[in-house]
Amino acid sequence: MENIKEYLKAERNQEWRAELRKSMKAKERTGRERNDMLERDPNVRNKNIDEVNLGLTEELALADARRCIDCANPTCITGCPVGINIPKFIKKIETGDYLGAAVVLKETNALPAVCGRVCPQEKQCENNCFYTISLKKPAVAIGNLERFAADYERNSGQMAIPEVAAPNGIKVGVIGSGPAGLSAAGDLCKLGYDVTVFEALHEIGGVLKYGIPEFRLPNEIVDVEIEVMRKMGIKFKTNFLVGRTATIDELKEQGYEAFFVGSGAGLPRFMNIPGENYNGILSSNEYLTRVNLMNAANPDFDTPVLKGKNVAVIGGGNTAMDSVRTAKRLGAERSVIVYRRSLVEMPARVEEVKHAQEEGIEFMNLHNPVEYFADENGRVNKMRIQKMELGEPDASGRRRPIVIPNSEFDIEVDTVVVSVGVSPNPLIPASLPNLKMTDWGTIVVDQDTMQSSIPELFAGGDIVRGGATVILAMGDGRKAAAGMHKYIQEKINK
Amino acid sequence: MNKIVEKEFFSENVAKLVIEAPEIAKSRKPGHFVIIRIDERGERIPLTIAGSDIEKGTITLVIQKVGVTSAKLLALNEGDAIRDVVGPLGKATHIENIGTVLCAGGGVGVAPLLPIVEGFKKAGNRVITVLAARTKDLIILEDQMREFSDEVILMTDDGSSGRKGLVTAGMEEVIKREKVDMCMTIGPAIMMKFAALTTKKYNIPTEASLNTIMVDGTGMCGACRVSVGGKTKFVCVDGPEFDAHEVNFEEMMSRLGGYKELEAKAYEKYLKNAE
Ligand SMILES: Cc1cc2nc3c(=O)[nH]c(=O)nc-3n(C[C@H](O)[C@H](O)[C@H](O)COP(=O)(O)OP(=O)(O)OC[C@H]3O[C@@H](n4cnc5c(N)ncnc54)[C@H](O)[C@@H]3O)c2cc1C
Ligand code: FES
Repeated sequence: MENIKEYLKAERNQEWRAELRKSMKAKERTGRERNDMLERDPNVRNKNIDEVNLGLTEELALADARRCIDCANPTCITGCPVGINIPKFIKKIETGDYLGAAVVLKETNALPAVCGRVCPQEKQCENNCFYTISLKKPAVAIGNLERFAADYERNSGQMAIPEVAAPNGIKVGVIGSGPAGLSAAGDLCKLGYDVTVFEALHEIGGVLKYGIPEFRLPNEIVDVEIEVMRKMGIKFKTNFLVGRTATIDELKEQGYEAFFVGSGAGLPRFMNIPGENYNGILSSNEYLTRVNLMNAANPDFDTPVLKGKNVAVIGGGNTAMDSVRTAKRLGAERSVIVYRRSLVEMPARVEEVKHAQEEGIEFMNLHNPVEYFADENGRVNKMRIQKMELGEPDASGRRRPIVIPNSEFDIEVDTVVVSVGVSPNPLIPASLPNLKMTDWGTIVVDQDTMQSSIPELFAGGDIVRGGATVILAMGDGRKAAAGMHKYIQEKINK
Repeated sequence: MNKIVEKEFFSENVAKLVIEAPEIAKSRKPGHFVIIRIDERGERIPLTIAGSDIEKGTITLVIQKVGVTSAKLLALNEGDAIRDVVGPLGKATHIENIGTVLCAGGGVGVAPLLPIVEGFKKAGNRVITVLAARTKDLIILEDQMREFSDEVILMTDDGSSGRKGLVTAGMEEVIKREKVDMCMTIGPAIMMKFAALTTKKYNIPTEASLNTIMVDGTGMCGACRVSVGGKTKFVCVDGPEFDAHEVNFEEMMSRLGGYKELEAKAYEKYLKNAE
């Protein structure tokens, strides 16, 4: 920890940073208003899949970068799960060196264009910004600036292909191609390993592809990053379900020395209430996979999707917001969030809730479904809901929802998307009886190395944390890559 | 890309495709299935594996034309390729020597039943197989079934081959005649439902292999869910075989029709474009 502080201090004392600080008074910086990204018109965007946020213009980015006072004690960094040197990349932007800013981001974050779009900045870096803590003013737009620098780099056509160490000929396997797997693969490749990523689906990217919609994270952005990884020499095997297509033992026989498991939390939860298996009731994973991975809304593609008129989405997380906004875009007349707590407790990114409200999504907060009813064809047509109120905080620190007795009433629905959480994907654990698991089905790992109870097996992301975030998954992938490197080197040098 | 190395029509609407998939050929066991996607625009559909050849690195699929994707598959020829094939998926059939096994197959369900019949025979069981179809021309894999069965009983709706009647009539005949230790059934949901009702009367443990709608096939979406013994199960990872006496077939049949209208419209459009 001390080392990092020393390092950050030395970086901050570099001449260009010191000069930049002097070039404008702190008062002048803090007197400026925060700019936000330009956005598409809510009533236009809720009918198409174009990206909602248009990003910062160069002018706005420079203005926002100038707000950062380059604190002596950059608390923002403590809020970043991968410890991006935030003041440094922002000051690079202020000097107009946008490509340089992207390089700073990529030192610790393999997918800044993704994180700039999907991280809950308001709970992380921006929540720990000097403006938030001391001035009680809107934070520096760290997330927007991250996105700006990463997009600038991508659009410049000068995407740097990271330097890769001389190949060491050692084969390692990465299971799952979500953010955890991709970041582990990137780091292992840089260290000279012969990396193969195994992915069960036909596309690379995990939730970034099948879950998060185009209007929030265009596929193209993920694809560009994957292309860079291919150029680095990483091999990708799609349609390969480890544990089934080949077992880990079989892969070991093929010469793989160690594995990183980033198989995610893919198992959707249902509420187990009466009528939940009627037609028209589906998990958000199914709904979003049909639309995002299979392109079901496009008539030229074969996969069908139910385009409901009256759509209810159960839940208050990002997945729920993505589903309800997707329903609107597929033409729903009414698309409603049904959430058992209040707006304050919603785990979704604040911006997504705001965007949803602007787009005409209805919110039935403090409501919970108890039963579904169907027409003669078995298609859901009604849903019984009860009202809730908030009691004492529970283990998660959020106030516990309590049922209000005799408060039940019915609403008409023709499509219901259940988005009440996911459980870890049990496939890999089930194929490895010796793997130590928690009661929740997550893999037990060493916090520092991400090593599991099977020495050559490392794990990270949602399979270790349960449903978490992109940035935490990526942080785990990096930590695990370092852990694997240490493990393999020690084994070789024995 | 998985190349089609052999194609053979069993009847006008049913064909066998042998495709290259060396890793799956090696790992698959009776009861397993694959998910395929024909091309960039295709949907993901499950198909049970009817056989494999480890040396040639191929698996066999039997496809009946029922909609857009199966029609597209049957329009492919030797040398063409299927873009994505992933598997083997699901749990393998639990095969052991338990005595006499009654296998009841209907329609293209006979194809996935074949490796199971073979497995039970090789494990030392007495295997009696009842094959049912609407009419003579729709009976498939009869010779192969005979090879691994102690007896094959044919049932057709119109009596054009074997005996006239439903699969359950053939099953009941066997059950009344001799002691049956277990029953295995694969076919249309309605057929499996009645097969299960038949064996339930005689308390014969029965497994049914369910063919629900699927998307990913890895437990990620829940499209394939069914109720078994009052509990929701995912067919792709918990199945595809379940205790047939506990399966809610009514619900399963309703869920199979969940996209009926959209599917019918798409098929109409496909046929129009194909003209
Ligand atoms: C709709 C939605 C919206 C979200 N929005 C946000 C957001 O705005 N911000 C945020 O930070 N987080 C968000 N999240 C959460 C975030 O996406 C996840 O925390 C993150 O993707 C986890 O990464 P991962 O690499 O662990 O797993 P995943 O991204 O789930 O990837 C796992 C991959 O492994 C594959 N796999 C599984 N088993 C096997 C196997 N045996 N063999 C081969 N491959 C296998 C899967 O097919 C999958 O592709 C969202 C999640 C969803 C579903
Ligand atoms: S097909 Fe998606 S969970 Fe079974």
